[in-house]
Amino acid sequence: MNINGVAIDATFAEAFPMKATRALITAQNEKWALIAAQTMTGFATSVIACGCEAGIERVLAPSETPDGRSGVSIMIFAMGGKGLAKQLETRAGQCVLTSPTSALFSGIDGGTRIPLGKNLRYFGDGFQVAKLIDGKRYWRIPVMDGEFLTEATTGQVDAIGGGNFLVLAQSQPQALAACEAAIEAMRKIPNVIMPFPGGIVRSGSKVGSKYKALNASTNDAFCPTLKGMTKTELSADIESVMEIVIDGLAKEDIDKAMRAGIQAVCDLGADNGVTRISAGNYGGKLGPFHFHLQEIMA
Amino acid sequence: MSGLTFTLKYRPDQRVDMSPLVYQKLAKLEPAEIASLTLQNGKRKSRVDELFGISGSDATNMVIKNSFGKLDFIGRELEGGSIKIEGDAGAYLGLGMKSGAIKVSGNADIFAGCEMKNGCLEIAGDAGDFLGAALPGNKMGMKGGTILVKGNAGERAGDHMRRGNILIEGNAGDYCGSRMTAGTIAVMGQTGQYLGFAMRRGTLLLWNPPALSASFNDCGAHTLSFLPILFASFKKLNSRFAAASAAFNRVQRYAGDMSEMGRGEVLVKITHPGF
Repeated sequence: MNINGVAIDATFAEAFPMKATRALITAQNEKWALIAAQTMTGFATSVIACGCEAGIERVLAPSETPDGRSGVSIMIFAMGGKGLAKQLETRAGQCVLTSPTSALFSGIDGGTRIPLGKNLRYFGDGFQVAKLIDGKRYWRIPVMDGEFLTEATTGQVDAIGGGNFLVLAQSQPQALAACEAAIEAMRKIPNVIMPFPGGIVRSGSKVGSKYKALNASTNDAFCPTLKGMTKTELSADIESVMEIVIDGLAKEDIDKAMRAGIQAVCDLGADNGVTRISAGNYGGKLGPFHFHLQEIMA
Repeated sequence: MSGLTFTLKYRPDQRVDMSPLVYQKLAKLEPAEIASLTLQNGKRKSRVDELFGISGSDATNMVIKNSFGKLDFIGRELEGGSIKIEGDAGAYLGLGMKSGAIKVSGNADIFAGCEMKNGCLEIAGDAGDFLGAALPGNKMGMKGGTILVKGNAGERAGDHMRRGNILIEGNAGDYCGSRMTAGTIAVMGQTGQYLGFAMRRGTLLLWNPPALSASFNDCGAHTLSFLPILFASFKKLNSRFAAASAAFNRVQRYAGDMSEMGRGEVLVKITHPGF
Protein backbone atom coordinates (compact mmCIF):
# COMPACT_ATOMS: atom_id res chain seq x y z
CA MET A 1 0.00 0.00 0.00
CA ASN A 2 1.25 3.45 -0.87
CA ILE A 3 -0.43 6.76 0.01
CA ASN A 4 0.98 9.95 -1.52
CA GLY A 5 4.37 8.29 -1.96
CA VAL A 6 4.43 6.92 1.60
CA ALA A 7 4.65 3.13 1.88
CA ILE A 8 2.34 1.55 4.46
CA ASP A 9 3.92 -1.64 5.75
CA ALA A 10 1.89 -4.84 5.83
CA THR A 11 2.31 -5.18 9.55
CA PHE A 12 0.37 -4.55 12.72
CA ALA A 13 0.81 -2.67 15.97
CA GLU A 14 0.54 -4.81 19.03
CA ALA A 15 -1.36 -3.55 22.03
CA PHE A 16 -2.29 -4.92 25.44
CA PRO A 17 -5.18 -4.64 27.93
CA MET A 18 -5.03 -1.87 30.51
CA LYS A 19 -7.31 -0.21 33.03
CA ALA A 20 -8.19 3.41 32.46
CA THR A 21 -9.88 6.32 34.15
CA ARG A 22 -10.73 9.88 33.26
CA ALA A 23 -10.89 12.97 35.46
CA LEU A 24 -11.98 16.52 34.73
CA ILE A 25 -9.92 19.34 36.20
CA THR A 26 -11.36 22.83 36.32
CA ALA A 27 -9.85 26.09 37.48
CA GLN A 28 -10.35 29.85 37.43
CA ASN A 29 -9.23 29.91 33.80
CA GLU A 30 -7.89 27.61 31.11
CA LYS A 31 -4.31 28.51 31.94
CA TRP A 32 -4.59 27.15 35.48
CA ALA A 33 -6.68 24.15 34.47
CA LEU A 34 -3.91 23.25 32.01
CA ILE A 35 -1.20 23.76 34.60
CA ALA A 36 -2.94 21.36 37.00
CA ALA A 37 -3.57 18.87 34.19
CA GLN A 38 -0.01 19.00 32.89
CA THR A 39 1.33 18.53 36.40
CA MET A 40 -0.98 15.61 37.10
CA THR A 41 -0.09 13.85 33.85
CA GLY A 42 3.63 14.57 34.09
CA PHE A 43 6.15 11.71 34.37
CA ALA A 44 3.59 9.32 32.95
CA THR A 45 4.93 8.36 29.54
CA SER A 46 5.23 4.63 29.94
CA VAL A 47 4.19 1.97 32.42
CA ILE A 48 7.70 0.58 32.12
CA ALA A 49 8.90 2.91 34.86
CA CYS A 50 6.26 5.58 35.55
CA GLY A 51 3.59 3.34 37.04
CA CYS A 52 1.03 4.66 34.59
CA GLU A 53 0.54 6.39 31.27
CA ALA A 54 -1.37 9.64 31.37
CA GLY A 55 -2.16 12.55 29.18
CA ILE A 56 -4.51 15.39 28.39
CA GLU A 57 -7.45 14.24 26.31
CA ARG A 58 -8.76 17.70 25.50
CA VAL A 59 -9.57 21.17 26.77
CA LEU A 60 -13.17 21.64 27.93
CA ALA A 61 -15.31 24.72 27.42
CA PRO A 62 -16.99 26.13 30.56
CA SER A 63 -20.33 24.79 29.28
CA GLU A 64 -18.94 21.24 29.38
CA THR A 65 -17.66 21.23 32.96
CA PRO A 66 -19.63 20.43 36.12
CA ASP A 67 -18.90 23.75 37.79
CA GLY A 68 -19.11 25.96 34.71
CA ARG A 69 -15.44 26.94 34.70
CA SER A 70 -12.73 26.24 32.14
CA GLY A 71 -11.47 22.72 32.34
CA VAL A 72 -9.30 19.95 31.00
CA SER A 73 -10.07 16.27 30.60
CA ILE A 74 -7.21 13.92 31.49
CA MET A 75 -6.93 10.14 31.24
CA ILE A 76 -4.72 7.75 33.16
CA PHE A 77 -3.93 4.18 32.05
CA ALA A 78 -2.27 1.47 34.13
CA MET A 79 -1.70 -2.27 33.91
CA GLY A 80 -4.08 -3.06 36.79
CA GLY A 81 -6.89 -1.51 38.80
CA LYS A 82 -4.92 -1.34 42.02
CA GLY A 83 -2.02 0.46 40.41
CA LEU A 84 -4.37 2.81 38.62
CA ALA A 85 -6.16 3.75 41.83
CA LYS A 86 -2.86 4.41 43.58
CA GLN A 87 -1.53 6.57 40.74
CA LEU A 88 -4.79 8.51 40.48
CA GLU A 89 -4.88 9.23 44.17
CA THR A 90 -1.27 10.31 44.58
CA ARG A 91 -1.36 12.45 41.45
CA ALA A 92 -4.69 14.05 42.43
CA GLY A 93 -3.37 14.75 45.90
CA GLN A 94 0.02 16.12 44.95
CA CYS A 95 -0.79 17.84 41.67
CA VAL A 96 -4.45 18.95 41.63
CA LEU A 97 -5.24 19.51 45.30
CA THR A 98 -2.15 21.71 45.41
CA SER A 99 -2.87 23.66 42.23
CA PRO A 100 -4.44 27.11 42.78
CA THR A 101 -8.21 27.41 42.21
CA SER A 102 -8.54 23.83 40.97
CA ALA A 103 -11.49 21.47 41.32
CA LEU A 104 -11.58 17.80 40.34
CA PHE A 105 -14.48 15.77 38.94
CA SER A 106 -15.20 12.29 37.67
CA GLY A 107 -14.86 11.87 33.92
CA ILE A 108 -16.50 8.45 33.62
CA ASP A 109 -19.98 7.65 34.88
CA GLY A 110 -20.40 4.00 35.73
CA GLY A 111 -17.51 1.55 35.53
CA THR A 112 -15.86 0.34 38.70
CA ARG A 113 -15.80 3.26 41.11
CA ILE A 114 -12.33 4.13 42.38
CA PRO A 115 -11.41 6.88 44.83
CA LEU A 116 -10.79 10.33 43.37
CA GLY A 117 -11.14 12.69 46.31
CA LYS A 118 -12.56 10.12 48.71
CA ASN A 119 -9.31 9.80 50.63
CA LEU A 120 -7.97 13.28 49.90
CA ARG A 121 -10.67 14.50 52.24
CA TYR A 122 -8.51 13.58 55.22
CA PHE A 123 -6.28 16.49 54.26
CA GLY A 124 -9.18 18.56 55.61
CA ASP A 125 -8.29 17.39 59.11
CA GLY A 126 -11.89 17.12 60.17
CA PHE A 127 -13.00 20.41 58.61
CA GLN A 128 -13.92 18.73 55.30
CA VAL A 129 -17.58 18.75 54.28
CA ALA A 130 -19.38 16.12 52.19
CA LYS A 131 -22.19 17.05 49.83
CA LEU A 132 -24.32 14.49 48.06
CA ILE A 133 -25.74 16.19 44.96
CA ASP A 134 -27.81 14.24 42.41
CA GLY A 135 -26.42 10.94 43.67
CA LYS A 136 -22.79 12.07 43.43
CA ARG A 137 -20.73 12.63 46.54
CA TYR A 138 -18.48 15.65 46.61
CA TRP A 139 -15.91 16.67 49.19
CA ARG A 140 -15.24 20.27 50.07
CA ILE A 141 -11.77 20.45 51.55
CA PRO A 142 -10.74 23.76 53.13
CA VAL A 143 -7.43 24.97 51.68
CA MET A 144 -5.51 28.22 51.89
CA ASP A 145 -6.92 29.71 48.66
CA GLY A 146 -10.51 28.87 49.57
CA GLU A 147 -12.04 25.46 49.13
CA PHE A 148 -10.91 22.47 47.06
CA LEU A 149 -13.96 20.76 45.59
CA THR A 150 -13.57 17.18 44.45
CA GLU A 151 -15.89 14.37 43.51
CA ALA A 152 -15.42 11.34 45.77
CA THR A 153 -15.00 8.75 43.03
CA THR A 154 -14.49 8.31 39.33
CA GLY A 155 -15.00 5.35 37.00
CA GLN A 156 -12.43 2.75 36.04
CA VAL A 157 -12.96 0.87 32.79
CA ASP A 158 -11.17 -1.72 30.66
CA ALA A 159 -8.99 -0.11 28.01
CA ILE A 160 -6.18 -0.76 25.57
CA GLY A 161 -2.65 0.54 25.72
CA GLY A 162 0.22 0.51 23.29
CA GLY A 163 -1.45 1.17 19.94
CA ASN A 164 1.30 2.70 17.82
CA PHE A 165 2.82 3.50 14.47
CA LEU A 166 6.30 4.43 13.32
CA VAL A 167 7.12 7.28 10.99
CA LEU A 168 10.22 6.63 8.90
CA ALA A 169 11.73 9.71 7.25
CA GLN A 170 14.78 10.88 5.38
CA SER A 171 15.85 13.25 8.14
CA GLN A 172 15.22 13.96 11.82
CA PRO A 173 13.49 17.35 11.24
CA GLN A 174 11.20 15.74 8.65
CA ALA A 175 10.32 12.85 10.97
CA LEU A 176 9.48 15.32 13.73
CA ALA A 177 7.42 17.59 11.48
CA ALA A 178 5.40 14.60 10.25
CA CYS A 179 4.76 13.38 13.78
CA GLU A 180 3.74 16.85 14.91
CA ALA A 181 1.18 16.95 12.12
CA ALA A 182 -0.07 13.52 13.18
CA ILE A 183 -0.42 14.53 16.82
CA GLU A 184 -2.35 17.67 15.90
CA ALA A 185 -4.87 15.52 14.00
CA MET A 186 -5.03 12.83 16.66
CA ARG A 187 -5.74 15.25 19.52
CA LYS A 188 -9.15 15.84 17.94
CA ILE A 189 -10.13 12.19 18.49
CA PRO A 190 -11.93 11.51 21.80
CA ASN A 191 -11.14 8.68 24.24
CA VAL A 192 -7.42 8.50 23.41
CA ILE A 193 -4.19 9.94 24.75
CA MET A 194 -0.69 9.96 23.35
CA PRO A 195 1.31 9.75 26.58
CA PHE A 196 4.85 10.47 25.39
CA PRO A 197 6.48 13.94 25.36
CA GLY A 198 4.42 16.02 22.98
CA GLY A 199 2.78 12.74 21.98
CA ILE A 200 5.92 11.49 20.25
CA VAL A 201 8.53 8.92 21.33
CA ARG A 202 11.97 8.86 19.73
CA SER A 203 13.19 5.84 21.68
CA GLY A 204 10.81 3.10 20.70
CA SER A 205 11.59 -0.14 22.48
CA LYS A 206 11.56 -3.82 21.77
CA VAL A 207 10.57 -6.49 24.27
CA GLY A 208 13.54 -7.81 26.27
CA SER A 209 17.19 -6.94 26.54
CA LYS A 210 20.60 -8.58 26.68
CA TYR A 211 20.66 -7.37 30.29
CA LYS A 212 18.57 -9.62 32.52
CA ALA A 213 17.34 -6.73 34.68
CA LEU A 214 15.62 -4.98 31.79
CA ASN A 215 12.25 -5.88 30.25
CA ALA A 216 12.64 -3.53 27.32
CA SER A 217 15.48 -2.05 25.36
CA THR A 218 16.14 0.07 22.29
CA ASN A 219 14.42 -1.11 19.13
CA ASP A 220 17.70 -1.66 17.29
CA ALA A 221 16.00 -2.80 14.08
CA PHE A 222 14.70 0.77 13.69
CA CYS A 223 17.79 2.64 14.92
CA PRO A 224 19.30 4.38 11.88
CA THR A 225 22.84 4.47 13.27
CA LEU A 226 22.85 0.67 13.55
CA LYS A 227 21.84 0.00 9.95
CA GLY A 228 25.13 -1.73 9.22
CA MET A 229 25.47 -3.74 12.43
CA THR A 230 22.09 -5.28 13.26
CA LYS A 231 19.20 -6.98 11.47
CA THR A 232 17.80 -3.65 10.35
CA GLU A 233 14.31 -2.80 9.15
CA LEU A 234 15.54 0.38 7.53
CA SER A 235 16.50 1.10 3.95
CA ALA A 236 19.53 3.21 3.12
CA ASP A 237 17.55 6.45 2.66
CA ILE A 238 15.97 6.45 6.13
CA GLU A 239 17.83 8.56 8.65
CA SER A 240 15.29 8.98 11.44
CA VAL A 241 12.32 7.09 12.94
CA MET A 242 9.81 8.33 15.46
CA GLU A 243 6.87 6.56 17.06
CA ILE A 244 3.47 7.64 18.23
CA VAL A 245 1.95 5.53 21.01
CA ILE A 246 -1.80 5.61 21.62
CA ASP A 247 -3.78 4.47 24.65
CA GLY A 248 -7.54 4.38 24.22
CA LEU A 249 -10.73 3.23 25.84
CA ALA A 250 -11.66 0.88 22.98
CA LYS A 251 -10.13 -0.65 19.85
CA GLU A 252 -12.33 1.58 17.67
CA ASP A 253 -10.98 4.72 19.37
CA ILE A 254 -7.38 3.68 18.69
CA ASP A 255 -8.31 2.74 15.10
CA LYS A 256 -9.70 6.22 14.54
CA ALA A 257 -6.71 7.93 16.12
CA MET A 258 -4.22 5.85 14.11
CA ARG A 259 -6.10 6.54 10.91
CA ALA A 260 -6.18 10.30 11.58
CA GLY A 261 -2.48 10.35 12.46
CA ILE A 262 -1.27 8.24 9.54
CA GLN A 263 -3.44 10.24 7.16
CA ALA A 264 -1.88 13.49 8.39
CA VAL A 265 1.59 12.05 7.87
CA CYS A 266 0.70 10.81 4.38
CA ASP A 267 -0.75 14.22 3.52
CA LEU A 268 2.77 15.62 3.94
CA GLY A 269 3.90 12.75 1.73
CA ALA A 270 7.15 11.73 0.15
CA ASP A 271 7.80 15.35 -0.89
CA ASN A 272 8.40 16.16 2.77
CA GLY A 273 10.80 13.29 3.29
CA VAL A 274 8.36 10.77 4.77
CA THR A 275 9.19 7.37 3.32
CA ARG A 276 7.30 4.70 5.23
CA ILE A 277 4.82 3.98 7.99
CA SER A 278 5.46 0.89 10.06
CA ALA A 279 4.41 -0.36 13.50
CA GLY A 280 5.74 -1.93 16.66
CA ASN A 281 5.16 -5.59 15.93
CA TYR A 282 6.63 -7.91 18.52
CA GLY A 283 5.54 -11.18 16.98
CA GLY A 284 2.65 -11.59 19.40
CA LYS A 285 4.85 -11.28 22.51
CA LEU A 286 3.42 -7.98 23.70
CA GLY A 287 -0.34 -8.26 23.62
CA PRO A 288 -3.53 -9.64 22.13
CA PHE A 289 -4.79 -6.52 20.32
CA HIS A 290 -3.48 -6.15 16.77
CA PHE A 291 -3.91 -3.00 14.70
CA HIS A 292 -3.20 -3.80 11.05
CA LEU A 293 -1.99 -0.64 9.34
CA GLN A 294 -3.27 -1.46 5.88
CA GLU A 295 -6.72 -2.43 7.23
CA ILE A 296 -6.94 0.82 9.16
CA MET A 297 -5.99 2.88 6.08
CA ALA A 298 -8.11 0.84 3.66
CA MET B 1 -54.65 3.53 31.49
CA SER B 2 -55.72 6.39 33.73
CA GLY B 3 -54.25 6.95 37.16
CA LEU B 4 -55.79 5.27 40.17
CA THR B 5 -57.91 8.07 41.62
CA PHE B 6 -59.43 8.30 45.09
CA THR B 7 -62.05 11.02 45.37
CA LEU B 8 -63.03 11.81 48.96
CA LYS B 9 -66.82 11.54 49.27
CA TYR B 10 -67.20 13.55 52.49
CA ARG B 11 -64.94 15.01 55.17
CA PRO B 12 -64.90 12.58 58.09
CA ASP B 13 -64.83 14.07 61.59
CA GLN B 14 -61.96 11.87 62.67
CA ARG B 15 -58.48 11.63 61.20
CA VAL B 16 -57.84 8.94 58.58
CA ASP B 17 -54.68 6.83 58.33
CA MET B 18 -53.98 6.65 54.59
CA SER B 19 -50.84 4.50 54.84
CA PRO B 20 -52.29 1.42 53.04
CA LEU B 21 -52.82 3.47 49.88
CA VAL B 22 -49.31 3.38 48.45
CA TYR B 23 -47.99 1.99 45.18
CA GLN B 24 -46.19 -1.01 46.63
CA LYS B 25 -49.35 -2.20 48.40
CA LEU B 26 -51.82 -1.48 45.62
CA ALA B 27 -49.88 -2.42 42.48
CA LYS B 28 -50.96 -6.04 42.47
CA LEU B 29 -54.49 -5.60 43.82
CA GLU B 30 -57.73 -5.79 41.82
CA PRO B 31 -60.10 -2.77 42.06
CA ALA B 32 -62.47 -4.73 44.30
CA GLU B 33 -59.64 -5.62 46.65
CA ILE B 34 -58.58 -1.99 46.86
CA ALA B 35 -62.17 -0.96 47.61
CA SER B 36 -62.38 -3.47 50.45
CA LEU B 37 -59.16 -2.37 52.18
CA THR B 38 -59.81 -0.75 55.52
CA LEU B 39 -58.42 2.54 56.75
CA GLN B 40 -58.15 3.51 60.42
CA ASN B 41 -60.65 6.35 60.86
CA GLY B 42 -60.47 7.71 64.38
CA LYS B 43 -61.12 4.72 66.64
CA ARG B 44 -62.94 2.69 63.99
CA LYS B 45 -62.04 1.25 60.61
CA SER B 46 -63.64 2.35 57.35
CA ARG B 47 -63.56 0.63 53.98
CA VAL B 48 -61.78 2.60 51.27
CA ASP B 49 -64.94 2.75 49.15
CA GLU B 50 -66.89 4.11 52.11
CA LEU B 51 -64.65 7.18 52.15
CA PHE B 52 -63.57 7.44 48.55
CA GLY B 53 -64.95 7.08 45.06
CA ILE B 54 -62.40 4.98 43.14
CA SER B 55 -61.65 5.28 39.45
CA GLY B 56 -58.74 4.41 37.17
CA SER B 57 -56.34 1.57 37.78
CA ASP B 58 -52.77 2.75 37.26
CA ALA B 59 -51.24 2.67 40.73
CA THR B 60 -48.03 4.25 39.48
CA ASN B 61 -49.94 7.52 38.99
CA MET B 62 -52.19 7.83 42.01
CA VAL B 63 -54.43 10.84 42.58
CA ILE B 64 -56.24 11.82 45.77
CA LYS B 65 -58.98 14.34 45.08
CA ASN B 66 -60.85 16.57 47.55
CA SER B 67 -58.08 15.88 50.05
CA PHE B 68 -58.12 17.80 53.34
CA GLY B 69 -56.01 18.19 56.44
CA LYS B 70 -57.24 15.13 58.30
CA LEU B 71 -55.89 12.60 55.81
CA ASP B 72 -52.70 11.53 57.62
CA PHE B 73 -49.83 9.29 56.55
CA ILE B 74 -50.39 9.76 52.81
CA GLY B 75 -47.54 8.06 50.92
CA ARG B 76 -46.13 6.41 54.02
CA GLU B 77 -42.94 4.50 53.09
CA LEU B 78 -43.83 4.98 49.44
CA GLU B 79 -41.72 2.83 47.14
CA GLY B 80 -42.17 3.88 43.52
CA GLY B 81 -44.96 5.58 41.66
CA SER B 82 -46.30 9.04 42.24
CA ILE B 83 -49.12 10.44 44.35
CA LYS B 84 -50.81 13.68 43.38
CA ILE B 85 -52.88 15.22 46.15
CA GLU B 86 -55.51 17.76 45.19
CA GLY B 87 -56.18 19.80 48.31
CA ASP B 88 -54.41 19.69 51.67
CA ALA B 89 -52.61 16.76 53.25
CA GLY B 90 -52.68 15.83 56.91
CA ALA B 91 -49.82 14.98 59.22
CA TYR B 92 -46.95 12.61 58.42
CA LEU B 93 -47.18 13.09 54.65
CA GLY B 94 -44.55 10.88 52.96
CA LEU B 95 -43.36 9.51 56.30
CA GLY B 96 -40.25 7.41 55.62
CA MET B 97 -40.85 7.42 51.86
CA LYS B 98 -38.24 5.40 49.98
CA SER B 99 -38.69 6.50 46.38
CA GLY B 100 -41.22 8.01 44.00
CA ALA B 101 -42.85 11.40 44.06
CA ILE B 102 -45.60 13.10 46.06
CA LYS B 103 -47.16 16.41 45.04
CA VAL B 104 -49.62 18.34 47.16
CA SER B 105 -51.54 21.24 45.66
CA GLY B 106 -52.40 22.68 49.08
CA ASN B 107 -50.82 22.66 52.52
CA ALA B 108 -49.30 19.80 54.50
CA ASP B 109 -49.58 19.38 58.25
CA ILE B 110 -46.84 18.52 60.76
CA PHE B 111 -44.05 16.01 60.15
CA ALA B 112 -44.26 16.09 56.34
CA GLY B 113 -41.34 14.18 54.78
CA CYS B 114 -40.44 13.00 58.22
CA GLU B 115 -37.62 10.38 58.18
CA MET B 116 -37.86 10.36 54.40
CA LYS B 117 -35.19 8.20 52.73
CA ASN B 118 -35.39 9.17 49.07
CA GLY B 119 -37.71 10.49 46.39
CA CYS B 120 -39.26 13.87 45.89
CA LEU B 121 -41.93 15.58 47.99
CA GLU B 122 -43.42 18.79 46.65
CA ILE B 123 -45.79 20.95 48.66
CA ALA B 124 -47.35 23.81 46.75
CA GLY B 125 -48.70 25.48 49.88
CA ASP B 126 -47.31 25.67 53.40
CA ALA B 127 -45.77 22.89 55.48
CA GLY B 128 -46.33 22.41 59.19
CA ASP B 129 -43.75 22.00 61.93
CA PHE B 130 -41.07 19.31 61.88
CA LEU B 131 -40.77 19.20 58.09
CA GLY B 132 -38.28 16.43 57.17
CA ALA B 133 -37.61 15.85 60.85
CA ALA B 134 -37.27 12.75 63.01
CA LEU B 135 -40.22 11.23 64.83
CA PRO B 136 -40.27 12.24 68.51
CA GLY B 137 -37.61 10.25 70.33
CA ASN B 138 -35.80 9.24 67.16
CA LYS B 139 -32.33 10.54 66.39
CA MET B 140 -32.38 10.50 62.62
CA GLY B 141 -34.61 12.67 60.46
CA MET B 142 -34.68 12.87 56.71
CA LYS B 143 -31.97 10.68 55.17
CA GLY B 144 -32.22 11.53 51.48
CA GLY B 145 -34.31 12.89 48.64
CA THR B 146 -35.71 16.35 48.13
CA ILE B 147 -38.53 18.25 49.83
CA LEU B 148 -39.75 21.36 48.03
CA VAL B 149 -42.11 23.76 49.81
CA LYS B 150 -43.43 26.60 47.71
CA GLY B 151 -45.04 28.35 50.65
CA ASN B 152 -43.76 28.65 54.20
CA ALA B 153 -42.51 25.96 56.55
CA GLY B 154 -43.31 25.76 60.24
CA GLU B 155 -40.91 25.39 63.15
CA ARG B 156 -38.11 22.84 63.44
CA ALA B 157 -37.78 22.20 59.69
CA GLY B 158 -35.05 19.59 59.22
CA ASP B 159 -34.80 18.69 62.89
CA HIS B 160 -32.22 15.88 63.19
CA MET B 161 -31.90 15.85 59.39
CA ARG B 162 -29.17 13.52 58.14
CA ARG B 163 -28.97 13.96 54.33
CA GLY B 164 -30.94 15.30 51.35
CA ASN B 165 -32.35 18.71 50.46
CA ILE B 166 -35.17 20.76 51.95
CA LEU B 167 -35.99 23.71 49.71
CA ILE B 168 -38.33 26.37 51.03
CA GLU B 169 -39.40 29.15 48.68
CA GLY B 170 -41.14 31.08 51.47
CA ASN B 171 -40.22 31.58 55.11
CA ALA B 172 -39.06 29.05 57.67
CA GLY B 173 -40.17 29.14 61.30
CA ASP B 174 -38.05 29.09 64.45
CA TYR B 175 -35.42 26.42 65.05
CA CYS B 176 -34.92 25.78 61.32
CA GLY B 177 -32.22 23.10 60.93
CA SER B 178 -32.13 22.35 64.64
CA ARG B 179 -30.00 19.37 65.67
CA MET B 180 -29.11 18.77 62.04
CA THR B 181 -26.47 16.09 61.42
CA ALA B 182 -25.97 16.83 57.71
CA GLY B 183 -27.81 17.74 54.53
CA THR B 184 -28.90 21.02 53.01
CA ILE B 185 -31.79 23.35 53.82
CA ALA B 186 -32.30 26.31 51.50
CA VAL B 187 -34.67 29.13 52.44
CA MET B 188 -35.52 31.89 49.99
CA GLY B 189 -37.65 33.85 52.45
CA GLN B 190 -37.04 34.79 56.07
CA THR B 191 -35.92 32.51 58.87
CA GLY B 192 -37.00 32.66 62.50
CA GLN B 193 -35.23 32.55 65.84
CA TYR B 194 -32.71 29.90 66.93
CA LEU B 195 -31.64 29.05 63.39
CA GLY B 196 -29.49 25.89 63.31
CA PHE B 197 -29.93 25.35 67.03
CA ALA B 198 -27.46 22.59 68.10
CA MET B 199 -26.68 21.67 64.50
CA ARG B 200 -23.62 19.42 64.16
CA ARG B 201 -22.98 19.48 60.41
CA GLY B 202 -24.96 20.42 57.31
CA THR B 203 -25.68 23.55 55.33
CA LEU B 204 -28.34 26.23 55.76
CA LEU B 205 -28.42 28.22 52.55
CA LEU B 206 -30.22 31.54 52.95
CA TRP B 207 -31.26 34.33 50.64
CA ASN B 208 -31.82 36.78 53.51
CA PRO B 209 -29.65 37.63 56.52
CA PRO B 210 -30.82 35.63 59.56
CA ALA B 211 -30.94 36.45 63.25
CA LEU B 212 -28.04 34.24 64.28
CA SER B 213 -27.30 32.97 67.77
CA ALA B 214 -24.05 33.94 69.47
CA SER B 215 -22.84 30.38 68.92
CA PHE B 216 -22.41 30.92 65.17
CA ASN B 217 -19.09 32.45 64.13
CA ASP B 218 -18.47 34.55 61.04
CA CYS B 219 -15.99 32.89 58.64
CA GLY B 220 -16.10 35.72 56.08
CA ALA B 221 -17.25 36.18 52.49
CA HIS B 222 -16.42 33.43 50.01
CA THR B 223 -17.03 32.18 46.48
CA LEU B 224 -17.86 28.50 46.88
CA SER B 225 -17.52 26.25 43.85
CA PHE B 226 -19.98 23.60 45.03
CA LEU B 227 -22.87 26.06 44.85
CA PRO B 228 -23.18 26.11 41.03
CA ILE B 229 -23.32 22.30 41.09
CA LEU B 230 -25.97 22.38 43.81
CA PHE B 231 -28.05 24.92 41.89
CA ALA B 232 -27.65 22.90 38.68
CA SER B 233 -29.23 19.95 40.50
CA PHE B 234 -32.31 22.12 41.21
CA LYS B 235 -32.87 22.80 37.50
CA LYS B 236 -35.17 19.81 37.06
CA LEU B 237 -37.56 21.09 39.75
CA ASN B 238 -40.72 22.99 39.07
CA SER B 239 -39.62 25.78 41.36
CA ARG B 240 -38.12 29.21 41.72
CA PHE B 241 -34.99 27.35 42.84
CA ALA B 242 -34.62 26.14 39.24
CA ALA B 243 -34.38 29.63 37.74
CA ALA B 244 -30.94 30.68 36.58
CA SER B 245 -31.46 33.97 38.38
CA ALA B 246 -31.81 32.07 41.66
CA ALA B 247 -28.25 30.75 41.51
CA PHE B 248 -25.36 32.40 43.31
CA ASN B 249 -21.95 31.33 44.52
CA ARG B 250 -20.90 34.28 46.65
CA VAL B 251 -21.84 33.85 50.30
CA GLN B 252 -21.09 34.95 53.84
CA ARG B 253 -20.18 31.82 55.78
CA TYR B 254 -21.01 31.32 59.44
CA ALA B 255 -19.89 28.19 61.27
CA GLY B 256 -21.85 26.61 64.06
CA ASP B 257 -23.49 25.61 66.27
CA MET B 258 -20.35 26.08 68.38
CA SER B 259 -22.24 24.87 71.44
CA GLU B 260 -22.35 21.54 69.60
CA MET B 261 -19.85 20.00 67.19
CA GLY B 262 -19.76 23.25 65.21
CA ARG B 263 -19.08 21.80 61.77
CA GLY B 264 -22.32 23.08 60.32
CA GLU B 265 -22.57 26.21 58.24
CA VAL B 266 -24.99 28.99 57.48
CA LEU B 267 -24.35 30.43 54.02
CA VAL B 268 -26.01 33.76 53.35
CA LYS B 269 -26.29 35.13 49.83
CA ILE B 270 -24.24 38.27 49.26
CA THR B 271 -26.52 40.46 47.19
CA HIS B 272 -23.82 42.62 45.62
CA PRO B 273 -20.96 40.29 44.84
CA GLY B 274 -17.67 41.98 44.33
CA PHE B 275 -14.22 40.49 44.47
